[in-house]
Amino acid sequence: MIVAFIQRAVMQGIPLLFGSTGEILTEKSGNLNLGIPGIMYVGGISGVIGAFLYERSAGGNLNPFLAIFIPLICSILGSALMGLIYCFLTVTLRANQNVTGLALTTFGVGIGNFFGGSLIKITGSDLPSINLTKTSNYFKASLPFADDLGWFGKVFLSYSFLAYVAIIVAVIASYFLKRTKKGLNLRSVGESPATADAAGINVNRYKYVSTCVGSVIAGLGGLYYVMDYACGVWSNDGFGDRGWLAVALVIFSIWKPNLSILGSILFGGLLIVHNYIPGLGVSTQEIFQMLPYVVTIIVLVFTSMRKKRENQPPASLGLSYFREER
Amino acid sequence: METKAAIELKNITKTFGSIVANKDVCLKVNRGEILSILGENGSGKTTLMNMISGIYFPDHGQIFIDGKEVVIRSPKDAFNYRIGMIHQHFKLVDVFSAAENIVLGLEEEQKFDINKSAEKVRQISEQYGFDINPNKKIYDMSVSEKQTVEIVKVLYRGADILILDEPTAVLTPQETKKLFKVLRKMRDNGKSIIIITHKLHEVLALSDKVAVLRKGEYIGTVETKNTNEKELTEMMVGKKISLDIERGEPKNPTDRLEVKNINCVNFEGVKLLDNVSFTAKSGEILGIAGIAGSGQRELLESIAGLQKLKEGEILYNNPKTGEVDNLRDKTPIQIRDLGVRLSFVPEDRLGMGLVGNMDIIDNMMLRSYRKGKSLFLNRKKPKGLAEKIIEDLEVVTPNAKTPVRRLSGGNVQKILVGREIASSPSVLMAAYPVRGLDINSSYMIYNLLNKQKENGVAVIFVGEDLDVLVELCDRIMVINSGRITGIVDARNTTKEEIGLLMTKTDSLENQGGEE
Repeated sequence: MIVAFIQRAVMQGIPLLFGSTGEILTEKSGNLNLGIPGIMYVGGISGVIGAFLYERSAGGNLNPFLAIFIPLICSILGSALMGLIYCFLTVTLRANQNVTGLALTTFGVGIGNFFGGSLIKITGSDLPSINLTKTSNYFKASLPFADDLGWFGKVFLSYSFLAYVAIIVAVIASYFLKRTKKGLNLRSVGESPATADAAGINVNRYKYVSTCVGSVIAGLGGLYYVMDYACGVWSNDGFGDRGWLAVALVIFSIWKPNLSILGSILFGGLLIVHNYIPGLGVSTQEIFQMLPYVVTIIVLVFTSMRKKRENQPPASLGLSYFREER
Repeated sequence: METKAAIELKNITKTFGSIVANKDVCLKVNRGEILSILGENGSGKTTLMNMISGIYFPDHGQIFIDGKEVVIRSPKDAFNYRIGMIHQHFKLVDVFSAAENIVLGLEEEQKFDINKSAEKVRQISEQYGFDINPNKKIYDMSVSEKQTVEIVKVLYRGADILILDEPTAVLTPQETKKLFKVLRKMRDNGKSIIIITHKLHEVLALSDKVAVLRKGEYIGTVETKNTNEKELTEMMVGKKISLDIERGEPKNPTDRLEVKNINCVNFEGVKLLDNVSFTAKSGEILGIAGIAGSGQRELLESIAGLQKLKEGEILYNNPKTGEVDNLRDKTPIQIRDLGVRLSFVPEDRLGMGLVGNMDIIDNMMLRSYRKGKSLFLNRKKPKGLAEKIIEDLEVVTPNAKTPVRRLSGGNVQKILVGREIASSPSVLMAAYPVRGLDINSSYMIYNLLNKQKENGVAVIFVGEDLDVLVELCDRIMVINSGRITGIVDARNTTKEEIGLLMTKTDSLENQGGEE
């Protein structure tokens, strides 16, 4: 049972990991993108649209490569576009980041539900959902020999490729931020854009690129959720508040992508732990659902109490930068 | 001997909106030379240097480097021309180590390796006699260490032209001496150094040439060895201009406010006010002159009860009751109710005293909302007051409901000063009330202050323009690094006298003088 629990926790955690890695990259550039829930939603629906159209046009026989490639590209384009909107508003036009982010979340969820509803209507099915099982099967494909390796295979090798991508991306992001020149530059943009600017770094370019890349990564979380976790079944609002959990996870992992890997699994576990404790009523289950947020608050309390400078959010997070401001 | 100028500026002009920050400035620095740029606050020194280092872009004029005309559009361009600027407000990332800050933004051929960079930082430090630990985090550093990091940063980039913006403002005399030694060493290595300062003795001790700016205009360049403090002061503050401000004799002045030996330190333990004592009399305008940041703000805030004092007392002779109160025991609200009013116009104007997004009426209410008895706000009185101020002071605004933020700076100041005066204070402190105002609005404020003086108010006026101080005030107190260096009678003083008091320092720093 513990093996099954870990497996489920990881699967719950992967969308959060994508979301938080993307948000960490974004926040390191000083952009507080609260549009992440909306962007993940858009990433999901874009993939669904791509898969839906491909399944329809290809009839019964799907090409495995295209079945994965088309939804993936659609998802990337969709969330990159959202990131671009956010950057244009906050970096170029210097709009308030919180308002823009929240607007994007509302907008993204609206877009997702609109297209979701439209697709459901096209299929003419009675159920309020879209079924993309065929595409999903390709996404869910895991290593064939994983089942032969007992608990080890189940815990470590039984996931689909996107889950490993999530972890690899997080590790790369961590290395990028800590060990590379570009990562150093990016961090300085988030800490003190005036310093970065005076050091000859193109602040706006860094903000744009990191926010768009961050959005794409977060959007993959939406895609993973639909295609893998939900087995290719899209239903409106099915994504829940995972987007906010991803934002909370950023704080939990004190802006470190590698910590976020562990954090996401922990959060995933906390989300489903109520299923594994026997004898819980519906109301107590809801209380258990709050656990990730409670943990985040506790982490916030601790990091502010310890006042270690490295564990604080980037100093200019949420502020826009204009060079000739006096 | 004809040497080619390392950097030369010709007719540089820069405006911000309607404010002219630099007008037709020409400068020339040779290799192996230290040039001081001298000027009062707001004379455009920093703006000028920001244009050389690519932060701002000039409206007109040309920049030549080694005789070739160049265009510097960004800090990156400036690096490519081997120009490095050490800003007054350090441009460092707090959570990075020294080495990380130093290599920030550099494009190096080899793979990024912070340890190698740290090694190179160490080499440069040894070469010039710096003492820094490349792996130390900036937030653990003292101010002088941070400055060292800034200097190493530009040297690491191979800068040949170094610009230092008020480098000594934050240093102790010993640290200053050390810095000067390093700068001389760099000069001897053939680097060009431009140093911005308003401290005369430093100019004389360090530089080869001095360029003087006054109110954005270029006054001239002189060889340091051919000049003296008096001449420089004159260039800096300008010839006396007659302003024709009406100045009545004080009417039976009595002591209103007695400040006795107050001391004040900031959280780092640096003295902001050092044994300050003075008396402010009713029916008199006491001017306070000094270079910005010499403790004016802290002094006024101490009186208003906003600053915690370490020692000393502030005695207030209450004209209504005849009693003597010690303001140190009172809360800011109690002090205000006694009739001690502060109108401080900070650099950003809206920072203190007014709320930008609220309209004029609501800003009036900030001072009076406590008086209301009922649950709801009474808008009638503040509305009347707002309208009166708009009319009396000729505030240009669509109506009293316009957010203060949308008014021009001058109008904002009129509202701020007007509101404080409206409460018929017994002590009125006005700090920089004419900052950024045109002549007409300034005169309106001067007249307001004069009227208060006639009414027997003790007016304390902190000003920037020495001409105005000399014309408007009855007595002028000069503050210099938190210390009072003199109180002079404004009727029998000269700008030069005040200027010298403003820049006078102990001989300690001068010891690092000419070699």
